[in-house]
Amino acid sequence: MQVFHRSTNVISRFTIFGGLFLLGALTFGLATVNRSSWVTRQGIAREQPVQFSHMHHAGELGIDCRYCHTTVERLAYAGMPPTQTCMNCHSQIWRDSPVLEPVRSSWRTGESLQWIKVYDLPGYVYFNHSIHVAKGVGCATCHGDVTKMNVLWQAPSLQMEWCLDCHRHPARYVRPREHVFDMKWQPPAEQLALGLQLIADYDIRPRTDCSACHR
Amino acid sequence: MKDEGTKESMAAHDFASLRERLTGSGREYWRSLEELAGSPEFEELLHREFPRQAEAMFEGRATVDRRDFLRLMGASLALAGLGACTRQPAEKVVPYVKAPEDIVPGEPLFFATAMPLGGAATGLLVESHTGRPTKIEGNPSHPASFGATDAFAQASILTLYDPDRAQVVRRVGEILPWPAFVQAFTTIAEAARASQGAGLRILSGTVASPTLAAQMRELETALPQARWHQYEPISRDAARAGAQLAFGRPVDLVHRLDHADVILSLDADFLVGGRGAVRQARDFASRRRPTPDAPEMSRLWVVESSPSPTGARADQRLALPPSQIIQLTRALAARLGVGTEAGAAMAPHRAWVDALAADLRSHPKRGAVLVGDQQPAAVHALAHAINQRLGNLGETVVAIEPIEAKPVDQTKDLRELVDAMRAGEVETLVLIDSNPVYDAPADLDFAGALSRVKRTIALGLYTDETAIRCHWHLPMAHYLESWGDARAFDGTVTILQPLIEPLYGGKTPSEIVEILLGRPPRSAHDLVRDHWQKERPGADFDRFWERALNDGVVAGTASPAVRVALQGSGIGADVAPAAVGDPEQVEVLFRPDRKVYDGRFANNAWLQELPDALTKVTWDNAVLIAPALAERRGLGNGDVVELELGGRKVAAPVWSTPGHADGCVTLPLGYGRSRAGRVGNGVGFDAYVLRVSTAPDSAPGLSMRPTGERRELACTQTHHSLEGRPIVLGASLDEFRGHPDFVHELVHHPDKEETLLPNWPYEGHAWAMAIDLNACVGCNACIVACQSENNIPVVGREQVANGREMQWIRLDRYYSGELDAPDTHFQPMLCQHCERAPCEVVCPVNATVHDGEGLNVMVYNRCVGTRYCSNNCPYKVRRFNFFFFSDWTTESLKLQRNPNVTVRSRGVMEKCTYCVQRINRGRIDARREGRPLRDGEVRTACQQVCPAEAITFGDMNDPESRVARAKANPRNYSVLADLNTRPRTTYLAEVHNPDPKLAKGKT
Repeated sequence: MQVFHRSTNVISRFTIFGGLFLLGALTFGLATVNRSSWVTRQGIAREQPVQFSHMHHAGELGIDCRYCHTTVERLAYAGMPPTQTCMNCHSQIWRDSPVLEPVRSSWRTGESLQWIKVYDLPGYVYFNHSIHVAKGVGCATCHGDVTKMNVLWQAPSLQMEWCLDCHRHPARYVRPREHVFDMKWQPPAEQLALGLQLIADYDIRPRTDCSACHR
Repeated sequence: MKDEGTKESMAAHDFASLRERLTGSGREYWRSLEELAGSPEFEELLHREFPRQAEAMFEGRATVDRRDFLRLMGASLALAGLGACTRQPAEKVVPYVKAPEDIVPGEPLFFATAMPLGGAATGLLVESHTGRPTKIEGNPSHPASFGATDAFAQASILTLYDPDRAQVVRRVGEILPWPAFVQAFTTIAEAARASQGAGLRILSGTVASPTLAAQMRELETALPQARWHQYEPISRDAARAGAQLAFGRPVDLVHRLDHADVILSLDADFLVGGRGAVRQARDFASRRRPTPDAPEMSRLWVVESSPSPTGARADQRLALPPSQIIQLTRALAARLGVGTEAGAAMAPHRAWVDALAADLRSHPKRGAVLVGDQQPAAVHALAHAINQRLGNLGETVVAIEPIEAKPVDQTKDLRELVDAMRAGEVETLVLIDSNPVYDAPADLDFAGALSRVKRTIALGLYTDETAIRCHWHLPMAHYLESWGDARAFDGTVTILQPLIEPLYGGKTPSEIVEILLGRPPRSAHDLVRDHWQKERPGADFDRFWERALNDGVVAGTASPAVRVALQGSGIGADVAPAAVGDPEQVEVLFRPDRKVYDGRFANNAWLQELPDALTKVTWDNAVLIAPALAERRGLGNGDVVELELGGRKVAAPVWSTPGHADGCVTLPLGYGRSRAGRVGNGVGFDAYVLRVSTAPDSAPGLSMRPTGERRELACTQTHHSLEGRPIVLGASLDEFRGHPDFVHELVHHPDKEETLLPNWPYEGHAWAMAIDLNACVGCNACIVACQSENNIPVVGREQVANGREMQWIRLDRYYSGELDAPDTHFQPMLCQHCERAPCEVVCPVNATVHDGEGLNVMVYNRCVGTRYCSNNCPYKVRRFNFFFFSDWTTESLKLQRNPNVTVRSRGVMEKCTYCVQRINRGRIDARREGRPLRDGEVRTACQQVCPAEAITFGDMNDPESRVARAKANPRNYSVLADLNTRPRTTYLAEVHNPDPKLAKGKT
């Protein structure tokens, strides 16, 4: 005996496949949103209390990264410069620039400048700059060519898949140590061969264990 | 156990059947009376993996119906989905304006200082992250530390950040600025000088700080009519009097236990908690590491009334009530040719005393007799005589000049003060860091006398029972906020330097006394520095000062050894024989608590939640009684009794403690406080109520009457039971000599290839730990160190009672042998980091995974809280965050957190990580510098703090590493090895050294 009408077959097929499609679309949609720059903030320039230009300082003037980020070779934190570092020069030049008023005000009052964190890792991730610098990971590999950034933005997605890509295939990314702070360095055509050579020379053994970054 | 029905069955155990079961059981290990009796509560706890944990959400409701279940599941799923949609809020980077030299964010600095307690200090190195102290370590160059600390020092960092600390200057409740006090106090000081100090009294704890001592002497010279009294509730009066009796002068003793072959402790818990205990534990443990090549170790004899960690380490232990300890000491002295009376009362223990005397006599100059501070002066004097007779004095027991500035009988000193107060002779009383309203002997009625004083000024960390009754109350600087100086047990001076500006504007005692001396207020730094400039005049003072601050010790300041000679020969002859009292009455012992000491740490939640080493009770104290006494009185654990001593009464729950001497009960001091703070208020009962100045340590004539009430104590000893498997292993020294690999006869270690899954390669490092059960003294320091290092929250009394404690390490305590005189064993139990970890394979979300160096890793942000891992863990070492146990709101507590460890939230499983943050730091440092990681460079928090060096950690792949060598010791075994979990944490079995002449030693 036929309990359901024949058309039920169509409806049920539609429901089943449609449901599966919807589920797939939803998953895809969520994954896309999750990877989008709305979530990751990748490539979005961030307004800062002082419109500090890496392009001008690091690019046009050619100031070394380590002039301000002093502990990058030694510690987990690269180091944020104290107001004093700004005033080293700006007590002499651009003394009256209105753009620098927050810096002078900080210097006068002793109140710290409050920068917006551009590279903001989640609290459960413990990143160490010094070991990356020591093993030939260039600043630009993660931070992009800051000499082209008038206002700084986050170059990579900073998602774990991005970290793991390099940790799994370091040969694609490492460079000679002497070029770590060189923003203009371009990987040679035979980067893979160079990378493998550097991996041997620098004893590069990136860890992919959870405990490498999470504790 | 909350409903009435089960309470009945918790009543008195059937002790007779327990005894019967234990007779002839030999080496059966047991954890608690409940387990032994197989009580229904224990069965309930045992048969549910998480005793009463699943009910968290439905507390007070019997069941959950299907609809509620679905509703909750739906809601959780939706919320979990929504929760993932949050966008990380923008964070700020706030750099310095002018960067201070040496301080860089992310790089901790270590400063040397010391923690004074009861007159003696332990040297510390304190970790500081951008100006906030976070973790306390021992100072390796300090003689009282050698790099280790005790639980008190570890927990003291929490007291620093305690939001309940006194924060403002008050005059009768009115908040005033500091200058207002200075002005008022200067007037008082001027008036005092006019009258040569008449009517001015100061009360402080034991003064050993050289700077404060100099000020005290100056004050006594400048104001001859004034008096400075000293009082510590945990007094050393008897020890002082004993030295006076024996040598005619006060001396302090330094014990060289690393040179001692035979050690006798007369009620001295010298391994844990007391003066110099950290160092003594280390020295003692250094002689307790037999190897097949050198199967030698010292022998420890212990006579005590109340079970202590030291007693647990004894090779021969005898439990006697206090009145008989003195008789035994006399009997022993007589056998060794000191004194005359043979002590007839010791007849039942004649063989024991004979064997002890023979053992001591056969090791002249290589023995040591130690006496507890709570023993009467006569016992101290007799021990001095015995040590002298055996040639130990000057060898293993060295007399030194007292480290106290003014050794006095403190109880007498306090009584004189109270008498003067009551007589109206005291105009102004300055109380420095003391709380006599709470802890003075009850017969003195300090509170009553205090109300007769015209002006009272209290300097203290808390607005405590005393401060609230004083006219002026000043916040005191915590020692981590203070400039000062202190002396170690051997006299070595440490300059205290602050780690942080006083959080609440606290002042140090020296700063207050300086005003009293009629000088303008000066900073504590200037006072200490000026004092030492006077002590060390010369052009190179700056170098001396910097060196002293850097090293944490002032070289050459140890108290000189003194030559002492016995005065007379009649020592101990005047001891009255034990009074034969009413059989309904028992003797009472007052003891400092192993967690809150004399009550000063009552508001420290880490210590409150620490399970006591022996009773495993948290958040409470209890009347400790022998099982035999409980049996006679029909008392079960938690039964509330009314104690009456000399007309004073207090109600308290009892706790049967196997190994407690019959005929006496122990009352731990330091609880029942009314103004400790929100943590310590109303926790436990106040034993000071019964304590009188004539008998502060022990007294006969206590009557005990059941009230019929019960109080359930939050005890962890029944949590996470391991059933009757071979968990702790041990043998006697003779057995060890015959069978060095005896553990392999007891435990089956499966072959490495006996597995279905492929083995991990473990190239590179293979982190592993070995814990020497023969060295562990049960001091609990590792638990607090772990808590401090790893941001572990406290959960509170109720949650502990529900089995939800969070400490990553638990110190398991096992008994074996007879109920009344059991042997006690300690076993620190933490994540075993199994190579074949049962937890890893059951996690549905891959939140607990293996890493290439053998760590069993928890990924907190993956964990969804199924708790399958914990169900499947045979060691029960995983802890689940049921609620928001971490304090996310109290600002001051945030400062304490280790920035290198995640603060976990609700619904996440956590456990020991082998201090992965320290491993990563060590590995990164080594690899950045392009060198191999040195053995010992990575040390876990528990390893670093361990006074007995029981914990070894390192790379098992390096055959030369200390941990690899420890694991090569034939005593090494894995717990539950037959499960083939292959734990990375292994244990070195205990070896005991019983006297061959006595049939029963330790099994």
